[in-house]
Amino acid sequence: MSVTTWIDEALAGASGHGTVVIVHDSTQANLRWANNALTTNGQMHARSASVIALADVEGGIATGCLSGPVTQASDLADLVRRASELASASVPGEDPVDLVGAVVDADYTAGPEPTSIEVLADVASGLGRAFDAARAADHLLFGFAEHVATTTWLATSTGVRRRSVNRGGTLELNAKHPDMIGSAWVGRATQDFTDVDLDEVHAEVVKRLGWCETRLELPAGPYETILPPSAVADLMIYAYWTMNGRDAREGRNVYAGPTVGQTRVGEVLSRLPVNLWSDPSEPTLPSAPFAVVASSEPGLSSVFDNGLDVGRVDWITEGRLASLVETRAEWAKSGGSGSLPFPTDNLLCDAGGDASIDEMVASTKRGLLLTCLWYIREVDPQTLLLTGLTRDGVYLVEDGEVVGMVNNFRWNESPVDLLRRASEFGRSEVVLCREWNDWFTKTRMPPMRVPDFAMSTVSLAY
Amino acid sequence: MLDETFTGLPLAALADAALSRARELGASHADVRIERHLTGRRDVRDSRLESSSDDTDLGISVRVVHDGSWGFAAGITLTTQAAADLAAQAVLIAKVSAPLNPRPVELAPEPVHTGEWVSSYTTNPFDVPESDRVGRLVQLSDALKRQSGVEHTSVACMYVQENKFFANLEGTQTSQQRVRIQADVEAVAVTDDGFFTMRTVAPPVGRGWEHLTGEGWDYDAEVAELGTHLAELVAAPGVEPGRKDLVISPTNLWLTIHESVAHGTELDRALGYEAAYAGTSFATFDKLGSLAYGSPVMNVTGDRVTEHGLSTVGWDDEGVAAQSFDIIREGTLVGYQLNRQMAQEKGFGRSNGCAFADSAGHIPLQRMPNVSLRASSEPTTVDDLIGAVDDGLYVVGDKSWSIDMQRYNFQFTGQRFYRIKNGRLAGQVKDAAYQATTTDFWGSMEAVGGASTWLLHGAFNCGKGQPGQVAAVSHGAPTALFRQVNVLNTDQEGGR
Repeated sequence: MSVTTWIDEALAGASGHGTVVIVHDSTQANLRWANNALTTNGQMHARSASVIALADVEGGIATGCLSGPVTQASDLADLVRRASELASASVPGEDPVDLVGAVVDADYTAGPEPTSIEVLADVASGLGRAFDAARAADHLLFGFAEHVATTTWLATSTGVRRRSVNRGGTLELNAKHPDMIGSAWVGRATQDFTDVDLDEVHAEVVKRLGWCETRLELPAGPYETILPPSAVADLMIYAYWTMNGRDAREGRNVYAGPTVGQTRVGEVLSRLPVNLWSDPSEPTLPSAPFAVVASSEPGLSSVFDNGLDVGRVDWITEGRLASLVETRAEWAKSGGSGSLPFPTDNLLCDAGGDASIDEMVASTKRGLLLTCLWYIREVDPQTLLLTGLTRDGVYLVEDGEVVGMVNNFRWNESPVDLLRRASEFGRSEVVLCREWNDWFTKTRMPPMRVPDFAMSTVSLAY
Repeated sequence: MLDETFTGLPLAALADAALSRARELGASHADVRIERHLTGRRDVRDSRLESSSDDTDLGISVRVVHDGSWGFAAGITLTTQAAADLAAQAVLIAKVSAPLNPRPVELAPEPVHTGEWVSSYTTNPFDVPESDRVGRLVQLSDALKRQSGVEHTSVACMYVQENKFFANLEGTQTSQQRVRIQADVEAVAVTDDGFFTMRTVAPPVGRGWEHLTGEGWDYDAEVAELGTHLAELVAAPGVEPGRKDLVISPTNLWLTIHESVAHGTELDRALGYEAAYAGTSFATFDKLGSLAYGSPVMNVTGDRVTEHGLSTVGWDDEGVAAQSFDIIREGTLVGYQLNRQMAQEKGFGRSNGCAFADSAGHIPLQRMPNVSLRASSEPTTVDDLIGAVDDGLYVVGDKSWSIDMQRYNFQFTGQRFYRIKNGRLAGQVKDAAYQATTTDFWGSMEAVGGASTWLLHGAFNCGKGQPGQVAAVSHGAPTALFRQVNVLNTDQEGGR
């Protein structure tokens, strides 16, 4: 019996105000290496379901959200029964709305689409060559490659039957000098590794490690700084995660307006033509074209919105804040109309620039070129002031050329304020962010030049 | 008592099937873990239930050493055939890995253990009726919302029941159950000058629902004062930046210990296994026994035995019995956290039991035990420490944190920073953060409080490894006095 048969049977046996069933079938394969040797690697398979049961209780509608492993039809039926019991025993939740109406995807009944360790075969053979080369050149390689394939089925008691397949891979290659001071990093995001050439990635990281042969020291302070797309992605993802419309109306985040009930939507955040959007139909970064919400996140997503069509949402248009994240209930309460601004798990940015990083370096009189930002944490939610470190390569640029590596810095900056101060954006490209790539791997970002990036203190770390 | 819905699974039969297959295929080492993790989350906002979910994660994994290489496979099907197939898959992966592995894996010996272990708790949160669970959270929210100046409230509660079965080819076979809980209550004020928050400083603990009803922590008393703390913060002046003496409460210092000491003394980091992700450590192996980590009053231990500790177990995820050990003695680095492979590689003789995986689907990593700063044997009080400061700050509660990849440069904020003037508290200041280099900071620790100031705090969400894993860990600390630490004004840092 197929998973969709299990789902249909479980929904047929459900009672109460309504039921949502989400099943994920996920396989992943990975390789990890350190000090020019493979360390851990494996292949995992998991299949789990999330059930959201709605029950009429005194004072309103209560929800019961349960998740668990599913290996047979009875597992799912049991989950539906227990979710219903939990909902009946609970208290009314906030802002229930009707479940989404019937829609059926043509491929709904298709089976799972797994991955396996074989997808990493070329990476493994490339690593063998890279390890040999690294030993010969007296440097060390560290890193991780992973491929995950997840098939999702979503069905509701109101007739929604949807399916999506999410494939994604990441590769991170870090090269270090034997004293561990010189360090370079290159990352790649991919759908299936057919576009990843480990020899090319290794050559790129070795080129960057070469920039570390000359070691310089600089004090803390403001520097003209080129942030590569990976670093811009980490900053813009945080700005995106914070786009909670309800919090903004309540005066509780950086997008709050001057008085309670107002937001900054419509305000110019950048004098440059910055566009920031999410789009599940983006060919290079595809995502589920419908809402999948296993449990509500206050103000950001609601289990009642499961199965809803989601499309492109423009968050910043031509430098102006255009939308904030809403649930259907909040969207209706705040007078919103049109498509729901639902936060798809991809993020794209383009500010019309065409310069590559090399061209931005060539046009720099004196400044810093970063590689990655690391350990990013919020210091002040009011301004979205973040703190973090530079990592795996801070390079000094003079007269259009990289002249050597410099020490790392702790920085304190707000991504919203950086949009205001940015003086140039380069060419946008698909990129793997560093800090958040456990959760967010689908970004297209441009490099960004900031005339006065605030390096707060020197970090002794390398 | 172990949960019978877990022990009722065919644990031994599944292990036998997997281990037998691994042995047949020539594995020199094999272990099997069957794990079930129950996780409950409840979020109440402005006294309304906003989100609730209960998750179950159940799976089986087989890890082998074959011809000197690791292989690992995990799945969800709990049949003997599927378990044997996982063993075969793990051996196959080890064979594929072998050409890329120049150093054969060897494990430090460990005695064979058999038995059961259950953590110390009274009431399993999953046994509490849903209406009582949500009702208690709404009650705390209501108590806070009534307070002057509190515009919004939120209460977040998470509780976990973790069951692990472990068996290996050497004959070890153990079953364990741990329960833990965390609840945070937060008040929000929205003013013409922006918004401000104040959160409880209650620790997450290895206890049951009793944690929320008065055993080990008094939430009612803490929530009753939260509005006053928030009002004082709203009216507080900005901190004057510069070097200041700090008296730091264990409600804040636990996180500084976590980031700058506990992560810094993980041997896998020191040896480079985490170099591309979590990072390395300035406390490299050649410095063992000589590195001046801090002042002579700094004594840090690692343990997996402290009652109610979040990292407390009977045996670790390699079948090593729980232990206690010194990490820093009188300011000098004397120990690392180990697993069996690293213990063998570096000649320690035996692992000190720091292997952990957050599910059957993940490979055990070297993870943190409870890492704690020892209190003074003298009866030094918080007032004594504050009394020793002419001009400084008293720091309570954790908030923002960040540290570099070698565990050198850090920056922390807190829930409350009180000004200390001539040995007395003189009201809150806002927008403060302290920033330091690890060895400078711990070197500036002049005094630690006595046992009466010591508190076991911790976190549910320590992240490490690729694929990423999450671990819960406790850190005990006394209140402590630090001299001339760099204090920032975050408003000035962000302002232009």
